Amino acid sequence: MSAFSAIGEEREIDRDEFTPGIEPQATWCPGCGDFGVLKALKQAMPEVGKNPDEVALFTGIGCSGKLNSYFNSYGFHTIHGRSLPVARAAKLANPNLEVIAAGGDGDGYGIGGNHTIHTARENHDMTYIVFNNEIFGLTKGQTSPTSPKGHKSKTQPHGSAKSPIRPLSQQLNAGATYIARTAAVNPNQAKEIIAEAIEHDGFAHIDFLTQCPTWNKDAKHYVPYTDVQQSDEFDFDVSDRAEAAEMMRKTEERLYEGEVLTGRMYVEDERPSYGQEKRAIGEMPEEPLAERYFDEDAEWERTYDNLLEHHK
Amino acid sequence: MTDNELIWRIAGGSGDGIDSTSQNFAKALMWSGLNVFTHRHYPSRIRGGHTYVEVRAKDEPVQSRGDGYNFLLALGDSFARNPQEEAYYGKEELKPLYENFDDLREGGVLLYDEGLLDDEDVDEIGLEEAAEENDWHVVPMDLRGIAKEHGREIMRNTAGIGATAAILDISTDEFEKLIKQNMSGDMQEANLNVLHDAYEAASELDIDHDIEVPEGSHDEEQVILSGSNAISYGAIDEGCRFISGYPMTPWTDVFTIMSQHLPEFGGISEQVEDEIAAAALALGASHAGVKAMSGSSGGGFALMSEPLGLAEMTETPIVLVEAMRAGPSTGMPTKPEQADLEHVLYTSQGDSARVVFAPANIRECYTQTRSAFRIAYEYQIPAIVIYDQKIQGELRNLPASHFDEEPNADPGSVLTEAEIQDAAHHSSGKFQRFLHEPEDGSNVSPRSVPGQKDGRFLATGNEHNPSGHISEDPENRIAQMNRRLNKLDDIRADLDENTSHQTYHGPEDADHGILVWGSQQGTVFEAVDRLNENGHSVKALGVSDMAPYPKEEVSEWLESVDEALVVEMNATAQFRGLTQKELGKYGDKMSSLLKYNGNPFEPAEIVDGFESSIDGEELAASNMKYVPAAGD
Ligand SMILES: Cc1ncc(C[n+]2csc(CCOP(=O)(O)OP(=O)(O)O)c2C)c(N)n1
Ligand code: SF4
Repeated sequence: MSAFSAIGEEREIDRDEFTPGIEPQATWCPGCGDFGVLKALKQAMPEVGKNPDEVALFTGIGCSGKLNSYFNSYGFHTIHGRSLPVARAAKLANPNLEVIAAGGDGDGYGIGGNHTIHTARENHDMTYIVFNNEIFGLTKGQTSPTSPKGHKSKTQPHGSAKSPIRPLSQQLNAGATYIARTAAVNPNQAKEIIAEAIEHDGFAHIDFLTQCPTWNKDAKHYVPYTDVQQSDEFDFDVSDRAEAAEMMRKTEERLYEGEVLTGRMYVEDERPSYGQEKRAIGEMPEEPLAERYFDEDAEWERTYDNLLEHHK
Repeated sequence: MTDNELIWRIAGGSGDGIDSTSQNFAKALMWSGLNVFTHRHYPSRIRGGHTYVEVRAKDEPVQSRGDGYNFLLALGDSFARNPQEEAYYGKEELKPLYENFDDLREGGVLLYDEGLLDDEDVDEIGLEEAAEENDWHVVPMDLRGIAKEHGREIMRNTAGIGATAAILDISTDEFEKLIKQNMSGDMQEANLNVLHDAYEAASELDIDHDIEVPEGSHDEEQVILSGSNAISYGAIDEGCRFISGYPMTPWTDVFTIMSQHLPEFGGISEQVEDEIAAAALALGASHAGVKAMSGSSGGGFALMSEPLGLAEMTETPIVLVEAMRAGPSTGMPTKPEQADLEHVLYTSQGDSARVVFAPANIRECYTQTRSAFRIAYEYQIPAIVIYDQKIQGELRNLPASHFDEEPNADPGSVLTEAEIQDAAHHSSGKFQRFLHEPEDGSNVSPRSVPGQKDGRFLATGNEHNPSGHISEDPENRIAQMNRRLNKLDDIRADLDENTSHQTYHGPEDADHGILVWGSQQGTVFEAVDRLNENGHSVKALGVSDMAPYPKEEVSEWLESVDEALVVEMNATAQFRGLTQKELGKYGDKMSSLLKYNGNPFEPAEIVDGFESSIDGEELAASNMKYVPAAGD
């Protein structure tokens, strides 16, 4: 038996395999947008042909972070804002794993903002889904980095003086090679985008609009939305950086004016992923590193034979 | 004083090649059969600023830098500038000469490069008077001139070595061999000429000093390396193939060495955006089945506090290195201190279970890093190796055979796929990763690794049930908490049985004891020998296991002495505090000798400190603090 026989197993995959049986009970509120992400993610898995044992899902902390309680794969529920660095290393350790990371807007654009930028910059081959509900859910409704300017909350009773972050533009500038926005109310598009993102060789960033009916009652439920690929109004080339940047600018501006634009915003297929770059310069082994620990024939060199000469 | 040892100090501007010259000097002495030890002093500046390195050589193993030194090679600071005349005192380029007056022993030799200095300036620093008072032998030579004649000015280092050899009457054979090994072509020839010319020139001088360089001979092949080399090699030999980090002095040393070598060994190194990420990456790699390491110094380690707790809660093995420098905050970046002990023991929230080893020397840096990996991966617990800027920078020789050990790539308590099939699963299909009572009766539930068939589980920093799902059930909480904490008892028993990390020194039946941890151990052992020669009855115990603490060993030892002096490089007696907390008594038996001025102890200071503590006298030196035992 190979050490990682779940990887690359070819068979029909049923989305129900990703439901973790009788446990646990959902703790998301009724009507929460997070259900939409869960559903779209489960539906995408048969499309990309991944089975639960070859998928490693890394989440942060927040309502969004509970995603992997309801998703049956290898899971790592990390700490607030830190899912990406944990996920990145797992991908480097075993590039054959399907690595997905997820978290909230507070998680990914606030406390973990630094990691989000650097993971995009390095173009790790993985998918990152940000549950953007424009609010801190789990800690009960504080202003988040995507809350609109003037948004009132218990911690910003006078209304926020800050302009919201622009995650799409930010990630384009940082170096992400697949960037899309979708919404929980749009299950088909969401499923397709997630499937594409998983199949993309490089860092795929999905800003996933999710409503929080409990703490963000004022906010739109992101309906009606416009799919920019389906609409005649928006004719742009997703692989053209300048056109994508302009489209993202529009998308991010109009969201706060009440018009929800979704779809693929940027797709770049040429740039090698970080793992490929590292291999090309000899900084990463050809075979997955993790496999060596299970390979009885692997040869483990030691410093005595290799490095000590220099100290003699 | 006649010395049967050489302590040679080379001083100059940082950037003047002081480091590499001292390394070569030490290596040449090792080749000639001596045991060597280097001590490095440098300011927190990139170029310029006064720096020195000492090389101590004896025919027996060297434990510490010793007290003072007996030969100075002062090169003159060629990077000296006086940007604001008033902000500095004196002539910058002269500093390597006059700043080293304090510790030069009576009868010592002072060789300086007059090539850069004006005679008038030298007159002003009072060299003549000081030399007369201390019976120093002053040797001005135009080392720069000799260097320029054959090559370039920077070869004054080689000229200094040639002159040193002549003055000390040591052969230049080993130096020649080094030059031939490290250089080729014109450079090699020029350096050989400079070496010989300086040797000739110095031989003609008539210097009548008492320094005798001992003769030594090793019966085994030796290697010379630093604590950072040894930690890195221990990690690699124990199968570590992933390192992630962010630079911070002095941790940068291990990070650099590992980054340079891991790819050759088929491993991966990642320099990342900050220390939170660094520790998180190590966790991710380990979760995916690779043996991984990260580390930092003070402030950077503070950022690792939360991922460290996550490793504890998810029982994901990792090894972290903490290289201490003086704090709080950014403190003194290039100065050693032992004040992060409590930081590594207690940082991160909750009741924590972690392993902490504090190697005392280069030998232990290798073995204890290996122990740290073995324990971390067998018991699924974070292990920390804490050492300081002193061990990081010092070079020392030891038999090459010390490293002649088999590699160990065993990922510890990870199951194979076949074993996973037979292991317990929840009815939902999930692998029971966190069983309350593992089948073998131990406290370690075996792990699976993503990609293994039917090994699915959830790792979470929240309290969780056996299949990894978040749970606040009180009974589950107690069972999981106890199991995690009980591992420490198992680890203690394992260490007691397989690997004692504690070191005993001095006569077993001595009346007095000195307790020490980490880098000050060798210095204390040297002081203990002198104290016994002076008619005292003293022994020492060097403790390396900070957690789990070797309670039995230390209690027995404390029982066997009337009183104990605890020596450490910090202001708040952290190790003494730990000992008292762990043992629950002996507060009235332990007093402290503390130093926290940025310099490690010298043996003579410990001798003084010990003597004044038993005589109840005030310390003569103001650079140390004595804290009496409770109730004294
Ligand atoms: C270091 C740290 N700071 C603060 C918290 C508390 N905390 C938990 S979730 C959260 C915000 C969650 O908001 P978001 O990421 O938008 O996710 P949501 O709950 O809306 O899905 C905060 C502040 C924490 N767990 N860790
Ligand atoms: S608080 Fe908001 S984000 Fe959290 S579960 Fe409820 S609706 Fe969803």
